[in-house]
Amino acid sequence: MSIENDLGAMIGPLPDGMSEGIALGTGIADGYDIYDSPLGRVAVAFNPLGVSAVDVADDAFPDRFSARHGRKLFRSEAPSAWSMKIAPAIEAGRPGNLPVDLRSVTPFQTEVLRVATTIPRGEVRSYGWLAMQSEHPRATRAVGTTMASNPVPLIIPCHRVVRSDGRIGAYSLGGPDNKWRLLEHEGADPGHLEELASSGVRVQGNSATLIFCHPTCRAIRRSHPDRVVDYRSVSQARDAGFRACQLCKPA
Amino acid sequence: MDELTAALARNLDAAFPELVELMGPRLYWGLRGICGDHQEAEDLTQETFIRAYRALAGYERVRVRALMLSPWIWTIALNLGRNHVRDRSRRPTFAGWLDRGVADPDLPDVGAWDRRFKALSAPQRSAVVLRHVVGMGIGEISEATGRPEGTVKADIHRGLEKLRQTMEMER
Repeated sequence: MSIENDLGAMIGPLPDGMSEGIALGTGIADGYDIYDSPLGRVAVAFNPLGVSAVDVADDAFPDRFSARHGRKLFRSEAPSAWSMKIAPAIEAGRPGNLPVDLRSVTPFQTEVLRVATTIPRGEVRSYGWLAMQSEHPRATRAVGTTMASNPVPLIIPCHRVVRSDGRIGAYSLGGPDNKWRLLEHEGADPGHLEELASSGVRVQGNSATLIFCHPTCRAIRRSHPDRVVDYRSVSQARDAGFRACQLCKPA
Repeated sequence: MDELTAALARNLDAAFPELVELMGPRLYWGLRGICGDHQEAEDLTQETFIRAYRALAGYERVRVRALMLSPWIWTIALNLGRNHVRDRSRRPTFAGWLDRGVADPDLPDVGAWDRRFKALSAPQRSAVVLRHVVGMGIGEISEATGRPEGTVKADIHRGLEKLRQTMEMER
């Protein structure tokens, strides 16, 4: 055997795991790992641009992911720079400084989802409010569709967005019961919100400050119950001499 | 190779895994011969492919179709290798994927070759590996290393000579 032949025989297979690592590093494939959440175990997918999906952690998740995003999925730990940020983002219900990959949605939907991240924990806003805040006041229905297609529920808190009549409404991550559980977990009272909705209450005013709020705004929740006045609409509150809260921007 | 460059030009994401499958083993084992260390060869292989992917994503289709893949990939790999030590402390965040690392392949003789190559100078190692491990032509090696063909030939000749001497001493 010549030394040249020996050298040629040096080539072995690519070590196990490297082609997956390359697919993940280039972003051709996403990785995913399982995290705890207020709803139990959830699957979180990620790629070099950020977190790309949060979904029910069942066997069909990789197939659902590939069908929607057109990329393969490998079980993997998250990049070290983000692995510390995923669990806090899920618990807080906002991305914070965790990057999110929103390539799967339109620019309009990206803006709506961005506005949704500003809804404080334990509070809710309506589809109509979100449409207004994203400067597409007539796009209430499109906002509803956007919430349904939020690729990263829990991290972008679409569970804090309720129907324009005040009812809790649908939820993409495992159905409406999960939306109730999340709101309860955050200290909101979904049963009470449903009652307000069915009695037609949209905003509440404080008779001492003459400021009206969304019913879950921390300003109105801090108010003395005797001073809280229910209104069926923004215009009714305005007619009664109230002005809109700067915190929750009900109008 | 022509088919692969055409496929890469047509649909980069679909064809790239094929590039990794085709060139990955030679890239890893070639780098292993050049740097003599599993971890470093692994890092360099992954980073080479990631850079290659980004470059391909930015190229015009005609340019991708005209690429000579082997010397092109090796130009990237050797440049990375030169800067690797310097860059290690400030690797980009995506390298988080790669932090875990994969196990050193458990093959006989791997350690022996790692030792033998240490007797060669860096240019000799690259030239011998690219010629006899990877199987590139002199012209391609010259392109990838940026050294004249005559110098490459001399590096290979002297490198092989040193390897022979080292192996004689092992007996």
